[in-house]
Amino acid sequence: MSQAKKNIPQLQKRKARHSFPLLILNLICGLFMLFPLLYAVSIAFMPSSELFNMDLNLLPKQPTLENFASALSKMPLGRFILNSFIVSLAITGGQIISCSLAAFAFSFLDFKGKDGLFMLIMATMMIPGEATIISNYLTVSSWQWLESYKVLIVPYLTSAMGIFLFRQFYQNFPISLYEAARMDGCSNLRFIVTILLPLSKPAIGAMAVYTFINAWNMFMWPLLVTSSEKMRTVQIGISMLDSVDSKSLTMMIAGVVLIILPSISIFILGQKQLIKGMFNGAVKG
Amino acid sequence: MSFIELKNLGKSYDKQRSKAVSDVNLTIDKGDFVVLVGPSGCGKSTTLRMLAGLEEITDGEFYFEGQLYNQLSPQQRGFAMVFQNYALYPHLTVYENIAFPLRIRKLKKTELDAKVRQAAELLELSGLLSRRPAELSGGQKQRVAIGSAIVRDPHLFLMDEPLSNLDAKLREQMRRVIASLHQSLGTTVVYVTHDQVEAMTLGSKIVVMNRGKVQQVDSPSQLYQHPANMFTASFIGSPSINFLEVNMLKRPDAYQLISGPSILRLTNQQGERLAQRGFSEAPFILGVRPGDISLVPTNGQEDMRVKIISRELLGSKMVLYTENKHSRLTVLSPVNYKLFSGQEIGLRFDLVKALAFDSQSEENLFSSLSSSPAETSHNQEKASV
Repeated sequence: MSQAKKNIPQLQKRKARHSFPLLILNLICGLFMLFPLLYAVSIAFMPSSELFNMDLNLLPKQPTLENFASALSKMPLGRFILNSFIVSLAITGGQIISCSLAAFAFSFLDFKGKDGLFMLIMATMMIPGEATIISNYLTVSSWQWLESYKVLIVPYLTSAMGIFLFRQFYQNFPISLYEAARMDGCSNLRFIVTILLPLSKPAIGAMAVYTFINAWNMFMWPLLVTSSEKMRTVQIGISMLDSVDSKSLTMMIAGVVLIILPSISIFILGQKQLIKGMFNGAVKG
Repeated sequence: MSFIELKNLGKSYDKQRSKAVSDVNLTIDKGDFVVLVGPSGCGKSTTLRMLAGLEEITDGEFYFEGQLYNQLSPQQRGFAMVFQNYALYPHLTVYENIAFPLRIRKLKKTELDAKVRQAAELLELSGLLSRRPAELSGGQKQRVAIGSAIVRDPHLFLMDEPLSNLDAKLREQMRRVIASLHQSLGTTVVYVTHDQVEAMTLGSKIVVMNRGKVQQVDSPSQLYQHPANMFTASFIGSPSINFLEVNMLKRPDAYQLISGPSILRLTNQQGERLAQRGFSEAPFILGVRPGDISLVPTNGQEDMRVKIISRELLGSKMVLYTENKHSRLTVLSPVNYKLFSGQEIGLRFDLVKALAFDSQSEENLFSSLSSSPAETSHNQEKASV
């Protein structure tokens, strides 16, 4: 008994000794990977004179908020962020609804051509977005949809990846719960709302983070279909800072730092869900 | 019009030519406790799921109170079902789990509350209403599952191996809970199990199935005493019945059975019955329950001499597995620690309750001998099932 008690701290100590070098290694790798990002944050606080001299300046000597101020004054960043938020949230919500419903049909219902249809959807993942962007543009412009939120949102309301992710998750969902709900007299829609979705929180979380970040970082499509400042999203907005008559690297980077804040914070908030969801879908399935 | 009627019910899957279930004919009266029993893969669960509407009926008809139910969805049928793995909603409390079917029916709050609490009381769950399924033991989970099934007074109660995930002691306890529930509620139950003890103790009518076909439909005692064929005889009863290949010889004073060097005596009634059916000289299969064989000293008076291969202690009794050149026999005997493996012992057969089977068709040759006429006609009606 006492022997066993003595052994436990010893074991822990040995474990700590083993994991210490690994911790150091991880820290070094982490710093290495984060370096560009951290350097960007540091530059954002530098006066531009400090950046363009011969010494290596890793940290600002005279930190300043001027870059942020001029970035905010040069362009309507608030409007861009608002646009991006509206578009990203709408796309995320839309994808969660459409993908979970489609995945429900693919994993719980029986209908003719189910497998074929699923293969077709999966096949669309192989087509690069750039291949269809011109025809999509011609379509929406013929509908007079340019310069609007709907043109930014509607084409992205569903995704093959999302359907796949949800379907993988539902494959592990105990089918007897669905059968029990049906025996209880539950309709399909009610089952989805009251049973399936509350139990799919990890998948929804993963999906939400993934979709939100993708939507936030969208570039080509918004560039093509919007031209006024009123409708631009952040990613386009930031490239506006890079115009000939206002070339200031520090200011541009300050703008970049401002717009990556939302996506990073979403990721931090949702990372547990994201990893859990990816794990659930991929490993167990 | 009977409560439930199955006519040639069958199930075949698209790409498979063989049928999972075929030609199930069965009538169920209101208040019956029907048990579908058989080895795994015999089609009993498929049959139950066809009744539930979870599995499409591909052949035959299912009538409920005279109405054809084949095409109705599970929601429309209004039956309740208890699953083997409980199928509780993990994110809802016990209370909400039980209340779920009532919420779908949009019951008034007070009425709903009263019903849930009544069901909880009946199943001794009152103290657990605010817990979630993950915090419950297996037996408690199964009681919650039963609770959410009884709470809405279903026309028919379907149970798919509800006790097979529980340990032996709990299973016995839950068996009694289910039996008393059936008594107090009087709901018609169709129950699936592979456990013959569960079938015998719970069922008022047992349907023995094998390879997708119904072997026999009968009451527990009839099933044990008058099995329709060798499969039912060997499936019902533990330890399993012994089968011996024998030839019958008619002597002036008695009917004798020859099995290797051993000679057994049949009762005159049994012998005459077999003779009538043309087995006076032909071989057939004799079925003897392990309890109808007793140990005797090997002094030349025994019916058969065998060697013990192994023994199992059951507590009050012991099971001996024995063999000789011609046959293998299981014997249920009083506990005797002096017996050892490899020992030679003598056996005496009590053939009054013995059964005889056709070696080709495997049917019981006595099937209508020992039952009373009333029972016989009843049996035959069921035997057509």
